[in-house]
Amino acid sequence: MSAAIEVAGLTTQFETRAGIVTAVNDVSFSVGRGRILGLVGESGSGKSVTGFSILGLVDPPGRVSGGQVLVAGTDLRGLTPEAMRKMRGKAVSMVFQDPMMTLNPVLRVGDQMARAVRAHDRVSTRAAWDRARAALEVVGIPAAAERLHAYPHQLSGGMRQRVAIAIAILHQPAVLIADEPTTALDVSIQGQILAEVRRLADDTGTAIVWITHDLAVVSSLADDICVMYAGRIVERGPAEAVIARPLHPYTRGLMDSVPARHEPGKPLPQIPGSTPSLLNLPSGCPFRNRCPRASDLCTTDPPEVGTATHSARCHHPLGDA
Amino acid sequence: MSALLQITGVSKRFTRHPNLAERMLHAVGGPDATQTVHALTDVTLEVARGEVLGIVGESGCGKSTLGRIVSGIYMPSAGSITLDGKPVARDRGGAAEKLTTQVQMIHQDPFASLNPRIKVGQTISEGPHHHRVVPRAQVDTMVRDLLGRVGLEPSYAGRLPHQFSGGQRQRIAIARALAMNPDLLVLDEAVASLDVSIQAQVLNLFLELRRELGLTALFISHDLGVVRHVSDRVAIMYLGRVVELAPAERIYNDPQHPYTRALFESIPVLGTGRREFHPIKGEIPSPLNPPPGCAFHPRCPHAGPRCRVEVPALSPAAPGHGVACHLNTGGVELAA
Amino acid sequence: MAVAETTRRQRLSEFWSDFAQSRVAVVALAVILVLLFLAFACEWVAPQDPYDLRNLDWLDAFLPPGTVGSGGYVHVLGTDNVGRDMLSAVLYGLRTSFIIGLSAGALALTAGIAVGLTAAYFGGRLEAVLMRVVDLQLSMPAILMALVLVALLGSGVGQIVLALVVAQYAYFARTTHGAATVERRKDYIEAARSTPLPTYRVLFRHLLPNVMPPLIVVATVQVAAAIALEATLSFLGVGLPLTEPSLGSLISNGFRYIHTDRTWLSLYPGFALMITVVAINLVGDQVRTVLDPRQGL
Repeated sequence: MSAAIEVAGLTTQFETRAGIVTAVNDVSFSVGRGRILGLVGESGSGKSVTGFSILGLVDPPGRVSGGQVLVAGTDLRGLTPEAMRKMRGKAVSMVFQDPMMTLNPVLRVGDQMARAVRAHDRVSTRAAWDRARAALEVVGIPAAAERLHAYPHQLSGGMRQRVAIAIAILHQPAVLIADEPTTALDVSIQGQILAEVRRLADDTGTAIVWITHDLAVVSSLADDICVMYAGRIVERGPAEAVIARPLHPYTRGLMDSVPARHEPGKPLPQIPGSTPSLLNLPSGCPFRNRCPRASDLCTTDPPEVGTATHSARCHHPLGDA
Repeated sequence: MSALLQITGVSKRFTRHPNLAERMLHAVGGPDATQTVHALTDVTLEVARGEVLGIVGESGCGKSTLGRIVSGIYMPSAGSITLDGKPVARDRGGAAEKLTTQVQMIHQDPFASLNPRIKVGQTISEGPHHHRVVPRAQVDTMVRDLLGRVGLEPSYAGRLPHQFSGGQRQRIAIARALAMNPDLLVLDEAVASLDVSIQAQVLNLFLELRRELGLTALFISHDLGVVRHVSDRVAIMYLGRVVELAPAERIYNDPQHPYTRALFESIPVLGTGRREFHPIKGEIPSPLNPPPGCAFHPRCPHAGPRCRVEVPALSPAAPGHGVACHLNTGGVELAA
Repeated sequence: MAVAETTRRQRLSEFWSDFAQSRVAVVALAVILVLLFLAFACEWVAPQDPYDLRNLDWLDAFLPPGTVGSGGYVHVLGTDNVGRDMLSAVLYGLRTSFIIGLSAGALALTAGIAVGLTAAYFGGRLEAVLMRVVDLQLSMPAILMALVLVALLGSGVGQIVLALVVAQYAYFARTTHGAATVERRKDYIEAARSTPLPTYRVLFRHLLPNVMPPLIVVATVQVAAAIALEATLSFLGVGLPLTEPSLGSLISNGFRYIHTDRTWLSLYPGFALMITVVAINLVGDQVRTVLDPRQGL
């Protein structure tokens, strides 16, 4: 089965006053139909820029400077802006942390959803409203027909995010990119949305790239996980394998930092230091200055180690010592 | 056990008064535009010296309002807050005037809580200097000691906040609070905006300071895992009320209130394998218009007729374990 | 404290490199500096002291630009109806205009900050009353306010400055209020209040420095406006008398001869006024662009 989306060698750079910052550095991954990829990283890891780069939404001074984004055999990077616009919302769509990035505050939910339908398909307003209502039902909005007549400000944060997701799936896109969509929501609401998203992938076959800082969320939601650090993917693999047997010391450190895994009151194992500035990354492995396993070898670029399905970029991966 | 902090029957309502146009509309028969947010309703809690009380809840539960009342930023609409028997603030023309330096607060967002134009050394020394916490000649030494204590170079005192990362800024905010030699720290989502790896560092710092200084703290967070890790006792709040209060281990191992249980089931746990999600049904009601009776009854799987009319009081389910649920006090049916 | 010094210098140099992105603004700034120098060095630069009536010679009246007068030097910009050297008059006039504009601007800034900060910080009824008064004043043309006030107060530099301050403080008050309302909700203000620090410290040490950037922009624009307002008042004859020449009174004086061929009497002070006001506004615009990129679009 071929992948719904295949990203290869994606690189995005920002020109700043202090020099060129490579926010996304040679990122490659693919997501199959109906599968969910968790793209995990801390702030500055480049995970969000990766999402924006896929959709060609990087604004100057940023620039996607290399790589391929294949969706249904088309390289999105080679498209004209006009052709790209036609793909967005139809073949590939995006959900943001703040649903108001998608929602127009002065339009009723039904109106803007109908507009979104008719932006790509020539159907009657009535048919567009019907599709809008169906999409709201898919994401588990109760009394969908009534919600269509509401304005965004009349909805709660969780409800708005569901509407944003419903808009994103109106055209049954092959790929949905979700950038921290539940981070601002309460945990009980997050639980509801995660359940709907899992169902969405299973039922419609949409491939989902779920971008988040929260390993716990993706460990229960995603099929596969990519861990990003300083613009690169440092570990990739099936969610179960990555969580059960992390290869990269950074992945291990992230998991160990979660308090729920430790006896209350005892010091948490912590990753020392802070995320390096992308402006002056150390040579070789970007994590080596914080890594407990680092050696002189780490000043050279780390190799890809592990199996075909579960691998990490590290000179001293865990589990093989 | 004598309480250091005593919160007694505290309620807080925020009222938005209608503007002139709305008042005129109301006069000719329009709707009354006065809106009242019931942020806190009848909260009673105490914190013993040396204890860390965790406050957990989702948005709109009133946990941040409670922190601000304890910190003397708001006056409660009813009830009292005392530290060592003395009120923390008094009402002055509708605004709170803080009376004590013994309660210090640490905010959520370290990018907003430090004045961007003041050097961090001065940010830390300003309070002690003004209140003469130490003789003025020793303030500089104290600042250097504190910076070292929170894990920063003492020479950083001359830098401005924008030169620091989020985790470092939160350390500075902690140093600023400690500089006042407080009896009680109020931490309002103090690690919520930090990356996981940085969060662990700051939590470790807090635990270490607690051990060394015997800190008493109100630790407010939406993150059950974090709260469990640092707290002795935990209060779960929902829509302005405390619904469950128990020692941390007890509440995690044996939650009683249906909301607490549902909350625990909603948390994604770092683990392997696809899991079924058991989300709580429905949305959090607006504190503008809280439901009558038990505020959780519209979402509660066990709700009965009694829950719709009678507010359950926090009553002991076990020694030291309070639950505000009719299931624990005679059932959900209305008394005949 | 070497660290802090380098950062301040860095920030200044960053500010300058952003500012210098606009050539026009750099030229305008240079023009302002030259004009400021000439105006405040006028006693040494100008060939004549126009305040000293003994220097005036009726025989020199209406000399066109470039003529050598009885003083034995060239009247570069000509002379007026009483034989006053126009170059000297323009330079002295420029000095008066700058003094009035800068002091009115500074005082209006101070008054506006006091009103705006008080209203924003304390809120409630006080805020409502103060800001309604400000709104009321903003709804009236500043020139009308100034005319009425000068009519009441009489003419003279002090009176004009006072009139300008009363007419202009509202702009500063409105801007301060807007910025302070945003800033006072931020956590660092809450942190200072809950320390607790006394109100004056919270206001002047924490709140005020953070509302200054937009005020600097308003201040440049208002200084230009004050100079123009003063010129208008003097032109209308309620400002400064011709014996203390300001650009406005010079234009007004020359205006009587505008239909003859002696156009230089109005033209040159008019140019001086225009260049000054335009240059200040250009600099102000660029400062606004640098301080707030969103508004610069």
